[in-house]
Amino acid sequence: MKKYFFYLAAALGPILLLSGCGDQNGKASSNGALASNNAEKVYVAPGEHDEFYAFMSGGYSGNVTVYGLPSGRMFKEIPVFSQFPTNGYGYSEETKPMLETSFGFIPADDSHHPDISQTNGELDGRWLFINGNNTPRIARIDLKTFETAEIIEVPNSAGNHSSSYITENSEYVVAGTRFSVPIPQRDMPIKDYKGNFKGALSFISVEPETGRMDIKFQLIMPGFNYDLSHPGRGKSHGWFFFTTYNTEEANSLLEVNASQNDKDFIAAVNWKKIEEYVNNGGGTMVPANYTHNVYSDETHSATSTMKKEVLTVDPTKVPGAIFFMPTPKSPHGVDVSPSGDYIIGNGKLSADLTVFSFDKMIAAIEGKKFDGEAYGLPILKFEDVLGGTVKSGGLGPLHTEFDGKGNAYTTFFISSEVVKWKLDTWEVIDRKPTFYSVGHCMIPGGNSRKPFGKYLVSLNKITKDRYLPTGPELEHSAQLYDISGDKMELIYDFPTHGEPHYAAAIPASILAPKSQKIYKLAENENPYATKNVADARVVRNGNEVHVYMAMIRSHFTPDNIEGIKVGDKVYFHITNHEQDFDVPHGFMMIGQQNSGLLIMPGQTKTSVWEPKQEGVWPFYCTDFCSALHQEMQGYVRVSPASSNLDLSWSLGE
Amino acid sequence: MKKASIIMFVGSICLLGLFAFPLWNIMLGAPQYPDPLGMNIHITGIQGVSEFDLQNIDGLNHYIGMKTIPKADEMWEFNVFPSVIIGMVILGVLISILGFFGKVDYRYFLGWFVLMSILGVMGMYDFNLWLTDYGSNLDPHAIIRVINDDGTPMTYKPPLLGYKKLLNFDVSSMPSAGAWFMFVGMMLTVVAFFVGWKSKKSL
Repeated sequence: MKKYFFYLAAALGPILLLSGCGDQNGKASSNGALASNNAEKVYVAPGEHDEFYAFMSGGYSGNVTVYGLPSGRMFKEIPVFSQFPTNGYGYSEETKPMLETSFGFIPADDSHHPDISQTNGELDGRWLFINGNNTPRIARIDLKTFETAEIIEVPNSAGNHSSSYITENSEYVVAGTRFSVPIPQRDMPIKDYKGNFKGALSFISVEPETGRMDIKFQLIMPGFNYDLSHPGRGKSHGWFFFTTYNTEEANSLLEVNASQNDKDFIAAVNWKKIEEYVNNGGGTMVPANYTHNVYSDETHSATSTMKKEVLTVDPTKVPGAIFFMPTPKSPHGVDVSPSGDYIIGNGKLSADLTVFSFDKMIAAIEGKKFDGEAYGLPILKFEDVLGGTVKSGGLGPLHTEFDGKGNAYTTFFISSEVVKWKLDTWEVIDRKPTFYSVGHCMIPGGNSRKPFGKYLVSLNKITKDRYLPTGPELEHSAQLYDISGDKMELIYDFPTHGEPHYAAAIPASILAPKSQKIYKLAENENPYATKNVADARVVRNGNEVHVYMAMIRSHFTPDNIEGIKVGDKVYFHITNHEQDFDVPHGFMMIGQQNSGLLIMPGQTKTSVWEPKQEGVWPFYCTDFCSALHQEMQGYVRVSPASSNLDLSWSLGE
Repeated sequence: MKKASIIMFVGSICLLGLFAFPLWNIMLGAPQYPDPLGMNIHITGIQGVSEFDLQNIDGLNHYIGMKTIPKADEMWEFNVFPSVIIGMVILGVLISILGFFGKVDYRYFLGWFVLMSILGVMGMYDFNLWLTDYGSNLDPHAIIRVINDDGTPMTYKPPLLGYKKLLNFDVSSMPSAGAWFMFVGMMLTVVAFFVGWKSKKSL
């Protein structure tokens, strides 16, 4: 297909070019290869800034990467559920607690769905939430510092996939389980899955001022797979919608056994009702084991706390809170239109999109028009809640975003395309191929009440032939569409790091002015900080040695240390005294067995070094800081374990 | 003469602007400092334009062996200048009041202006001396020593007024709001003199 296109373009190219010369006022060709103005649309000249920040989840890389739109330039990698040698995240003593879980230290995960905090359904740019899929966790990234500020583990959950979507005033971030599991976990035959395994949908409250997270309650649902979710907004604010698959409750060969039912469900959860029930003392507190890790910008350190219980809610105890809407063909994505009127269920084995009407849903609930029940939870009649069907002509619809102008854009994995269709009339307006096998798509603000409908990014799974080959492993490919006109236009593609699942983007004008430039040294409350150079010192405590070190262009204080012995455990507590934007200093010590450090202005970080051999060993600054960067270095003298040499340290002597 | 006295009064009061606004402003921009570093010279001391500018200027200047920017208590000027300005304001107000009641004539207004001008020139001269010392009295162990074409060591004196290129820095030095208050105030005292002179002549 691609090849034919190329031949066609090669054949037609000269003709189109010639005809283009005579028609200066003519609109640019929509043929991507020939439309020179597409280059202008994505070109951000040197020194100019992009219009949007885009946050791409890393998937198996466990992180978040920050890109500019429309340029596709990568600005930053934010380590989340991952270690990052560049800045020591997950290696420095201060950040190790961030990766603690009830299973121990886990420096890897599968990060899927980023979501930006909202106020009144509009992006406010305070925080970015993202789920860790494998060892269920939710992280909050502070968008002032672009650093991970908090990670909470989710007990009773497994495959934290229908996550981390947030309600329209950031009241809750949700963590729904993809895999149902025994709750509480216990030793039991897997074949007894049906009826015994349960799915936990966790509602994590977000403290409005600080963003601090806490699991408010867990709904213990029937043992389906809860795939994706979205909050209601506008009129449907107060509801949350979850797609399910495997309503068959199969436990083996799911590709066949979980695809038997013609319809699975979208679970509609009235969380306000459950919140009220919980606030009135409802629910059962059960024992649990999960970590809550919080990073402080004052101490530049994280703490990990083990929590011991969680409030669970049996949904059958809250009548009128949860309903199932039958949805065809193993639905994957569930998306809510900006007005909150429509809930779009995408049956991944279907060609059509199923659109539910919120008004009809409410009417059906009020009229008690049920079509049976599942584990005591009412099932609504499909015909009663159906708002419309989009006859797409594509195959494998996955996810839908909105442009705020009455249009919806749905990705089709199997037929590799983005289909634009109109809300209310359900007619397909446009379709464009993607290269290849698109998962999510993303419009800045496209899952909020106020989308910025200028660009659409498709996040593709298969990359081959788009870029120069790099061996068997390729980065994934994102493609940028201009959606400002009637027809979509593919204007750019660029590689993305890891496997971006979902992404979230926000106008730079909201975020850039709030971005923090330095940490104030005066506000540094790290207990190991050396805020005055005169306080730089080395202290022995048994075989632990603590080096309190300061750094500024272009020297360390102290830079010569003696009296360290083989077998010591040397903690370097290093404080960067710069108060100037973009002047970090690095630290690496020969033979250091974890990572180096990269320390921001005003920050303190700690790294451990365990000398194994006698000698005089150098350390140096790893971040080119000034004309005398190469001179920013020092030595540690290591004596035999039996040595009586006292500790001493100096600078400029 | 009443009108002239009022103008004289307003003119001398204008000097108080020096307590609210900086007298002078020096900005240092460079490719790696797209947002320039800057210092505001108040009559009571030197302040950074942004919170950490002074620290960052000192940090950069240590490479070329310049002294750190003096704190308010490290220069006698920052004690004396405010007293001198207060003194001149009081004197000006006194003269204007006496003029208003006909106790002194308009020539005192010019006298005040001349005295203020002399003090101003002396102040500028002193300021220039300080800039010269700051920019040329360098640590002999400085990390970076640049030699001019004529074999003399390069100095880093910021311009008293206007623009100068110092290594990679574009340095501009301009009067700031306080100076404009002073300038306008002094001009008003000259106006007061002419108004007084005219009213005398018309009598």
